[in-house]
Amino acid sequence: MNSKINGVKENYDIVVVGAGHAGCEAALCAARLGLKTIMFTVSVDSIALMPCNPNIGGTSKGHLVREIDALGGEMGKNTDKAFIQSKMLNKSKGPAVHSLRAQADKKNYTQCMRDVLENTDNLTIKQAEVSELIVEDNIVKGVITSSGAEYYSTSVVLCTGVYLKAKCIYGDVVNYTGPNGLMAANHLSQSLIDNGIEIRRFKTGTPARVDKRTIDFSKMEEQKGDECITPFSFTNKAEDIERPQISCWLTYTSENTHNIIKNNIDRSPLYSGVIEGTGPRYCPSIEDKVMRFADKSRHQVFIEPEGEYTNEMYVGGMSTSLPEDVQYAMYRSVPGLENVNIVRNGYAIEYDCINPLQLKPTLELKNIAGLFCAGQINGSSGYEEAAAQGLVAGVNAVKYVKGESPIIINRSMGYIGVLIDDLVTKGTNEPYRMMTSRSEYRLMLRQDNADQRLTTLGYEIGLISEERYSKFLDKINTIKYHINRLQSTIIGANKEANDLLISYDSTPLVSGVYFSDLIKRPELSYGKLLLLDKKCDILSDDIIEQIDNFFKYEGYIEKQNRQIEQFKKLENKLIPEDIDYSSVGSLRLEAIQKLEKIRPISIGQASRISGVSPADISVLLIYLKTYNR
Amino acid sequence: MLQEHDTIAAIATSMGNSGIHIIRISGLDSFDVISRVFKKGKKCIDFHPEKYDSHTIHYGFIYDGDMCIDEVLVSVFKSPNSFTSENTVEVNCHGGSYVVQRILELIINKGARLAMPGEFSKRAFLNGRIDLTQAEAVMNIINSKNEISLNASIKQIKGDVKNVISSIRNVILTHIANIEATLDDPEHYSFDDDFLNILGTDVNKIIEDINVICNNSKNGIIVSEGIKTVIVGKPNVGKSSLMNYILKDDKAIVTNIPGTTRDVIEYSVNLANVTLNLVDTAGIHDTSDMIEQLGIDRTKEYIENADLILCVFDMSDFSSEDDVKIYNSIVDKNHLCIFNKCDLEKCDDSFYLDIINNDNSIMFSAKEKIGYDELVNQINNMFYNNVLDIENEIFITNVRHMELLNNAIHSLSCVIENIDAFATEDILTIDLLDAYNYLGEIIGETIDDDVVDKIFSDFCMGK
Repeated sequence: MNSKINGVKENYDIVVVGAGHAGCEAALCAARLGLKTIMFTVSVDSIALMPCNPNIGGTSKGHLVREIDALGGEMGKNTDKAFIQSKMLNKSKGPAVHSLRAQADKKNYTQCMRDVLENTDNLTIKQAEVSELIVEDNIVKGVITSSGAEYYSTSVVLCTGVYLKAKCIYGDVVNYTGPNGLMAANHLSQSLIDNGIEIRRFKTGTPARVDKRTIDFSKMEEQKGDECITPFSFTNKAEDIERPQISCWLTYTSENTHNIIKNNIDRSPLYSGVIEGTGPRYCPSIEDKVMRFADKSRHQVFIEPEGEYTNEMYVGGMSTSLPEDVQYAMYRSVPGLENVNIVRNGYAIEYDCINPLQLKPTLELKNIAGLFCAGQINGSSGYEEAAAQGLVAGVNAVKYVKGESPIIINRSMGYIGVLIDDLVTKGTNEPYRMMTSRSEYRLMLRQDNADQRLTTLGYEIGLISEERYSKFLDKINTIKYHINRLQSTIIGANKEANDLLISYDSTPLVSGVYFSDLIKRPELSYGKLLLLDKKCDILSDDIIEQIDNFFKYEGYIEKQNRQIEQFKKLENKLIPEDIDYSSVGSLRLEAIQKLEKIRPISIGQASRISGVSPADISVLLIYLKTYNR
Repeated sequence: MLQEHDTIAAIATSMGNSGIHIIRISGLDSFDVISRVFKKGKKCIDFHPEKYDSHTIHYGFIYDGDMCIDEVLVSVFKSPNSFTSENTVEVNCHGGSYVVQRILELIINKGARLAMPGEFSKRAFLNGRIDLTQAEAVMNIINSKNEISLNASIKQIKGDVKNVISSIRNVILTHIANIEATLDDPEHYSFDDDFLNILGTDVNKIIEDINVICNNSKNGIIVSEGIKTVIVGKPNVGKSSLMNYILKDDKAIVTNIPGTTRDVIEYSVNLANVTLNLVDTAGIHDTSDMIEQLGIDRTKEYIENADLILCVFDMSDFSSEDDVKIYNSIVDKNHLCIFNKCDLEKCDDSFYLDIINNDNSIMFSAKEKIGYDELVNQINNMFYNNVLDIENEIFITNVRHMELLNNAIHSLSCVIENIDAFATEDILTIDLLDAYNYLGEIIGETIDDDVVDKIFSDFCMGK
């Protein structure tokens, strides 16, 4: 126990440790659902800090933000307030992979989120380092700060980000701080270990920030935002949030850059062994890229504004932990950066996190009731991944306090489900990043239909207002109405229709066809055929998009829907919490060990554990049948 | 993915040449599946099992499209009053092992999946049909059968097949990773201009390669199960004496296959390396007119289903018109022309000379014992050297593997269709991934994180 004498003792329903992207969503959920909530941060000025890249969204991450918004979370709305550039990626590549990404003004992002938090009822914000968990009989009871103050609560949500025993490194310089010199949390790890939680060490990194005035943009390609923007939040209309956008810039590393890195690689803490943590494969440092992909003659470098408030620019693609002098030489070898001044050096950061296999799909720790974890502490990386988990952990902490059944978002419902299921079922050996290829139902889990997948759930949880829900239902009914109408509307082989078809190089009609069959032609779409739809009201673009997607991908959507039906049947076969796998006859030893470790909640989850075979699943099904009789 | 609720089918009787076989179909779609292949009664009307009472038996025919395959009895069991307590259909068919296999394949093509070992029992148990005390036994069966079948089926894969399938999977995986990397990191990667061409070319090549395995495998299965052989020829041409000669040869081991209610008897004859399943088409060659019979479905069916046709001509009685008709009806199939009674006459007709000079033909005389060794040699040549490339051994003999290969071809064909229809890349990967998984199942490999690992190892991703 903490030895400091401190008379502060307070009681809350829920304690949230950390005020990053996970902590903000968790605290907002808890407070909005009416529970007395306190959120701890090592610095109130760093609420919702974006310590790495200045953007929100991107491939599959954009999906996460849309899902967070559909459930009633804050990230999408906040991004719409603070964006300085918006872009739909993959526009030419099919609706499943359309991904929204926005550059954000970092300071504005932080300030907007802080405004929301500070004006949310039931929410207290407290600057302090949480150093210890209070746990009795495997039930969490609260936390103690480094000053000895005690905060008792029914549930605790840990969103510690990269702050547990954080260590920032470049060259031979080691700073025992979090990002931007913020105080690290050096005590909580030990308390976790003392409570039987397995701790691991991960690593990530960030590039230098450079002075805009020292960049020669004439040597770079300008990267503009979309002319017609798409808001992140389903509650916003494009015209309401439109604003002048700020460009990013594209340049490339040079041969010289690669030589500088190769000549100094022995001075890299990654290669010299100073850094022990496991780094992510998808977001390698520039020295990793150059060494691992030696045949690539150059790598892209994206120069992105940190915000409107500053001249600092983020050098995307050149994350590094090389020594300061090498960083200067390296960055200055990039066309356009010849005279660049570095404001902040690039660095690698090491931190403690937990093995996520210790978590339930609710993000509650299996061995400590009421203790939830979200974000980088679970071995994920990224603002969006963190926020998604924060929302789920926050909701389930509330459910726990209220004694209600937890919410589990499964793989067929959203990327949030894929993210959490991957973490708690497969685990991860590197900071986990969301990717669209991780989803088996990608065509169903589109960013454009996140509201259709999750708004009802958000409403049931209590995070979606009556007003928003009824607007949502109107939208769904409109889509259904028009889909039915187009399936029964016949387009005759008249001149008007055929002229339009010919203009799209589409075969003219010889007899009448259903409107829906025309939409299905590869070269056509509902949007292109609006002129032929005589009964059409004026539909918004997002409804036209839904109609097109429905008809164009009908066959595959049906196929995925059938797979999802199968999937759900297995997800719904629950495994009793107290099952003793070693007493289940005929299970193979490897399966017993894996099942004991992960303790899946359903047959579906069990079937995704590597090392558990279909025969093992058959055995389990039969055992459960016996058990239930 | 695990499938616990789909429709499964398997031969419920023991394999081997028993007279009657039963195919059992169980699951939600079993009634739909049977209605796609079964025509009820002599009039062959559409069959809708849901209209009939449970535990009723229906007479009719199994059809593959327009072609009648067999005359069968179909039993209908409605949920929950069946062995598995799901909707169940049992097909009692007459044919030998070849016919039952064919019907099973047809049923699988029409929407059922080949059942795993012990799967009917498992469903029966899970649905509460088997007593609790039997649980342990069922579990053991599933486990041991799985182990055995897994081992057995993996042993059935010859090294070369495994290599070929692995390298095909690698090509597919490389394409998937290329697409996924581009979809996941569009700012660093973009598709090459000829990306779709290369993908299409590679996929077509793979389809071809798999087709080669399938075709070889058909022959592999033919050789291991016996070459279904039919003797044709006009009346009194010497079909019976050829048949009897083969059966009575002291080197031939003849097994009578009794018990069918048909007028057809199959004999299994081992000649040197080759097993012939000789169909004694008694009804055809003893009744008067072969030519008339050609118009009858059953004769067509024999010829259609045969692996080998022995077409007999009488050297002492050339009568061109009938022989031309018969010859033309079989010339596209695997065939050998037997010129019987060659000790009696020499031929001078151009039609016959053309066959003798240009087709696989054998001069034969039962009486003088001429041509028998050559017959055996020629059959050997056809099936071992020409048709089946035994040197390469790129074939499989397992029906489940065959199903998986066909599934893979189907998925890859969808990729080609989608490329032609300008589908987006996210659609292409769905079928590529399916094909990758089907092929993986054959060689006992599951997908896990293959794609993600491949992306990270081949592509420099991210910020």
